[in-house]
Amino acid sequence: MDLLGFSIICAKVLLVFSATMLTVLLMVYAERRVSAFMQGRLGPNRVGPQGIFQPVADGIKFLMKEDIIPNGVNKPIYLLAPAMLLIPALMTFAVIPFGSTLTVLGREIPLQVADLNVGILYILALTSIGVYGLVLAGWASNSKFPLIGGLRSAAQLISYELAMGLSIVSIVLLAGSLKLNVIVEDQQGYLLSWNVFKQPLAFLIFLVSVYAETNRLPFDLTEAEQELVGGYHTEYSSMKFAMFFTAEYANMVTAAALTVTLFFGGWDVPLLNEASMGVLGVILSVLSFIFKTAFFLFLFIWVRWTFPRFRYDQLMKLGWKVMLPLALINIFITGGYLTLASLR
Amino acid sequence: MATVIKSYEPTFWDKLYLPALVKGLAVTLRHFFKKKITIQYPDEKYVPPEGYRGLHRLNKYPDGRIRCVACEMCAAACPADCIYIEPDSSPWDGGKERYPVRFDIDLLRCIFCGFCEMACPEEAIELTEIYDFSDYTREDLIIDKGGLLDVYELTKDKNYYSRGAASQESEAATSDQS
Repeated sequence: MDLLGFSIICAKVLLVFSATMLTVLLMVYAERRVSAFMQGRLGPNRVGPQGIFQPVADGIKFLMKEDIIPNGVNKPIYLLAPAMLLIPALMTFAVIPFGSTLTVLGREIPLQVADLNVGILYILALTSIGVYGLVLAGWASNSKFPLIGGLRSAAQLISYELAMGLSIVSIVLLAGSLKLNVIVEDQQGYLLSWNVFKQPLAFLIFLVSVYAETNRLPFDLTEAEQELVGGYHTEYSSMKFAMFFTAEYANMVTAAALTVTLFFGGWDVPLLNEASMGVLGVILSVLSFIFKTAFFLFLFIWVRWTFPRFRYDQLMKLGWKVMLPLALINIFITGGYLTLASLR
Repeated sequence: MATVIKSYEPTFWDKLYLPALVKGLAVTLRHFFKKKITIQYPDEKYVPPEGYRGLHRLNKYPDGRIRCVACEMCAAACPADCIYIEPDSSPWDGGKERYPVRFDIDLLRCIFCGFCEMACPEEAIELTEIYDFSDYTREDLIIDKGGLLDVYELTKDKNYYSRGAASQESEAATSDQS
C-alpha cells in the first residue's frame, strides 16, 4: 500500500470515529430533549441555543466528578470493563459503508473504513464481545445489583443473538455475500429493492433483537433502574460511568447504521443512480445514509417512551419461542425461494 | 340476576401485537408535537387565577391614608395567630380615629386561609396573588406595616404577574424593612 492510500485510510478512520462520537453527543442531547417533548416538558434548553451544548456541560461535569473505586472490587477487571464495552462499540462502525464510492483524480475511495469480506461475522462477533464488558463490570463490582445486571445481560445475549444472527442469514442468502458493501449494492435500483420489503419478517426480528442488543427499553433489563439501581454500572462513577454511557450510545448509533445498511439500502437514495452522478451522487448518498440512521436513532428514543419493560421470563419466551422459530422459518422460505428461482 | 361475561378472545391481529405497537407509537408521537406545559419560571411566571390567596397587603384610601383602623378583628380571626397590631390614636382627625402604629404579619406562621380578609370591616387587609416571596432568614419573612403598604402599591393594578418580568420587584415587598 502506498503512502497516499494509507493516509486516505487514516483520514477515513478519523472521520468515522469523530462522526460516531459527535453522533453520540447529539444522541445524549436528543435523548433528553425528545424524552421531555414526549412527556410535555421542554428538557434542557439553557446551555447554548436550544440547549445544544448540554452534552458538553454533562461531559465537563463527568470529568470534574470524584472517581470512586469501591473497596472489595476486582480492580484490574473493574478498570478494564468500561473499555471492554466502549472499544467494540466503536470498532463495529469500521465495516459499515456510509456512502457510495468517491472518485478523486482517478482513485476510487469507497466510503467505508474496511471492506471486510466477512463484514457481518465481524459485526456479530464484536457485538457479542461488547456483552463481556457488561458481565465483567457486573462481576468485578462485587455488589449484588451489578451482578444481577451482568447475569441478565448474559442471558439476554443468548436468547437474542441467535434470532438476530438467523435473521441476518436470510439477508446474506439474498445478497450472496457477507460483505456489507455487496449487500448495499444488492439493494440498489427500484424503490422496493430494499431488503425491508423483501424480508419484512427478518427486519422485525432484527429490529427487536437490536433493542435487546443495545440494552434499550423495552429490553433494558441489565440496567432496570427500578429493580437494580443502575444495573451493571451501579458502582461506577465519574468518567468510567461516562464510558459506559458513551458505549451504550455508540452501540445505538452502530445498531441504527446497521439496520439501515442491512434493510434500508444503506446509502441508497431511492430511484436514483448515485454512481452516474459523480461527487453530487456521493454527497447525496452520504446524506441519505445520515438521514436514515437519524430516523432509527429517533426510533430508539421513541420506542423507549412508548413501551414498558419486558419481564425477564417474557423476554426469554419471546426470544426462544417466538423469534427463533420465526427466523428459522424465514430462512427456509428464503432458501426455498432462491433454490426454485435458480432451478428455473 | 346472573350476568354472562363473555371472555375476550384475542384475534389474530391482537396476538400479532403489531397494530397495538403502532398505535402506541402514534400516541407518543402525538405528544411529541403537542404544546408543552412547562412554564420557564424566572422568565415566565404563572398567573394565578382570580381569588388566589397569596401575600397580604394593607389597602389605602385614594388620598394615601391607611384604611386599617386597628380594630384587631383580623388578629382575633387569625387561626395561626400570626398578626400583631399596635393601635394608637390617629395623627389625623385630631386623634379621633384609631390607626395601627405597628402591623406585623409572620408569613411563616400564616396559613393563607383568608379569614383576616373576611373579618376586616374596613376592607383594609387583603390577600394578593403574589406567591414568590421567599427569603433567607425568618426575620425577613415577618412583614411589617411599611412592607404591607408597599405590596398594595405593587398590586393595586391587579396585573402583578402579567405585566412582564422587568417590573416585578417582589423582593421590595418583603425586604424593604428596617
